[in-house]
Amino acid sequence: MSEAPASTPVSPVPVAPIPVTVLTGYLGAGKTTLLNRILSEPHGKRYAVIVNEFGEIGIDNDLIVESDEEIYEMNNGCVCCTVRGDLIRVVEGLMRRPGRFDAIIVETTGLADPVPVAQTFFMDDDVRAKTRLDAVVALVDARHLPARLKDSREAEDQIAFADVVLLNKTDLVTPEELESIERTVRAINPSARIHRTERAAVPLDKVLDRGAFDLSRALENDPHFLDHDHPDHACGPDCDHDHDHDHGHHHHDHHDHTHDHHHHGHGHAAPAAIHDITVQSVSLRAGPVDPKKFFPWIEKITQLEGPNILRLKGIIAFEGDDDRYVIQGVHMIVEGDHQRAWKEDEKRESRLVFIGRDLDREKLERTFLACQA
Amino acid sequence: MPTVAPIDIDDHCLTAVFLDDVPVFALASGEVVRLDHGTHRHTLHDGLLCSAVGWDGKSLVTGGEDGKVMRLGADGSETTLRAPARKWVSAIAAGPQGAVAFAEGRAATVLLADGTERTFEEARTIEGLAFAPKGLRLAMARYNGVSLTFVHGSAPAMDFEWKGAHNQVLFSPDNRFLVTAMQENALHGWKLDGKPGGEQRHMRMTGYPAKVKSLSWSNKGKWLASSGAPSAIVWPFSGKDGPMGKAPLELGQRADTMVTCVACHPVEDLVAIGFGDGMVLAVRIADSKEALLRRPGKGPITSLAWNRPGRLLAFGSQAGDCGVVDIAG
Repeated sequence: MSEAPASTPVSPVPVAPIPVTVLTGYLGAGKTTLLNRILSEPHGKRYAVIVNEFGEIGIDNDLIVESDEEIYEMNNGCVCCTVRGDLIRVVEGLMRRPGRFDAIIVETTGLADPVPVAQTFFMDDDVRAKTRLDAVVALVDARHLPARLKDSREAEDQIAFADVVLLNKTDLVTPEELESIERTVRAINPSARIHRTERAAVPLDKVLDRGAFDLSRALENDPHFLDHDHPDHACGPDCDHDHDHDHGHHHHDHHDHTHDHHHHGHGHAAPAAIHDITVQSVSLRAGPVDPKKFFPWIEKITQLEGPNILRLKGIIAFEGDDDRYVIQGVHMIVEGDHQRAWKEDEKRESRLVFIGRDLDREKLERTFLACQA
Repeated sequence: MPTVAPIDIDDHCLTAVFLDDVPVFALASGEVVRLDHGTHRHTLHDGLLCSAVGWDGKSLVTGGEDGKVMRLGADGSETTLRAPARKWVSAIAAGPQGAVAFAEGRAATVLLADGTERTFEEARTIEGLAFAPKGLRLAMARYNGVSLTFVHGSAPAMDFEWKGAHNQVLFSPDNRFLVTAMQENALHGWKLDGKPGGEQRHMRMTGYPAKVKSLSWSNKGKWLASSGAPSAIVWPFSGKDGPMGKAPLELGQRADTMVTCVACHPVEDLVAIGFGDGMVLAVRIADSKEALLRRPGKGPITSLAWNRPGRLLAFGSQAGDCGVVDIAG
């Protein structure tokens, strides 16, 4: 014992949480291509990649961990409270040896449900203490999306849940088809960033270290991201999406899905693919709200409608509160925090977007408005 | 007065143990430090994930990120039990007659001293392993319960079902109970001495504010100590139905940190309790009397182990400030 080696003391500096990027997308959508690009481009960052199968990824310098997808239902009586058990274990193992990597990438299988992956980063205390979910990136095969939407709910869920959508293989479709596909994606998820790509070629800063799940940062990056389905939002230079068409098309009635529905006066034909969409989004606006009404309301809505809510995001103006309150949720999990002070020229209003299935727009609207101060 | 001999290792210590009377510290990097008339370092893995002490107390078996399974003897001898492989070896257990079981994904492999090998497949990932105190019998913790199988023969595994993910499993020393730690903040237990084919007898142990990561049976299995709360939660198991209908003891309560590790004394009814701030207490079960063994350090206590006579206590921490306490001074 007396010969214990002298070693430098470990200073108890709090370690910054490691960002985690989740890559989803159907088989053949280009996940492996994107992953290989991330691992081979000279960006000076080191990644730990958690994959279901080693497959075609083969970069010796990076840390690749193979893991069997294990979906665990939490025993708390809530059917949508699911986590990925394997991620809990792998992340715990990785984080015991920090300093080997700067970020974690989770590649899911083609048919994977993105929700348990994301919820793992909110529901497990150990994982939550050491990591933060940076963004969920969905790769979409432009050519095969219509067929995918017809035969699987997962393809739609992956888009609905994403923060960033890579509309890939754009070289394999006509410009008209591409427009229609993009409208479909936009109809499923009005708040995602969409990038059109060939061979998953996108500047990596568009998919990595986005802070998209960190709502306050997402808002700093794109103050209008909750406005994309609103007619009065004209896309300005600060909206860094790759597409060039008018956002006015994304009127929210557009994806209030009923088969006999018409797209009032919009200048484009209703894309047939829209008829395979079961996900809808509901965007709500109100003036400043009363926190004593709002918090019980959002709690009740998420308790009752949680299974139908894939994502919810919002900025809330509280009566008599000079700070903006940002809120986000996955199924029944809701998180919120004050972000920053309202600016002088900013209109103090409350905005919320729900993305989900079987949402009662009228009821959401009515009850949200009732929270107004 | 207890005296502390510190050793600073500068790495996350996963396991502190005694092999014979030699203190050994297994680190997350894959290195194992052995203090036997000087400091000896053994590089067993590229990333160590799990370890278990052999039943004879003379060796440590380990599993790693490199897929290897290794055995380190008290004398420093290194044996490769399984060569590098693709998957992480994330659970390991030592059994009677030198048997070792390890899990990678949904498969568990048992290696016997005579060189025979047997693999068991489960439908879900095996998160924890334990050998029964009697007979060559293996418990595999997994989603929705535990599978209990004899290593020899062809009898199908017995299923002990309980909804939810089970991360760790252990038998009581008297073989009467099987206990798991769950993904939820709870323990679950089954009585093993019921009639064959009879209804399974469950024990739910809940109310923890955090996940339970450390469990330790007292001498002869009268008590089960656990982490996961601001005090060590100690369940009484001496009755016929274990802790059912009884409240646990809460020992060594702190206001500002959590218990991260527990280790019952090998002879006395006494628990060593490690905390999130690095403090270590010894608390007597009979009267809750506390003795400070180590002041707070740089990181949470990750591992505690007594030597066989129970005079020395080895401790490991997440920050690498480890050591050995001599309770007699």
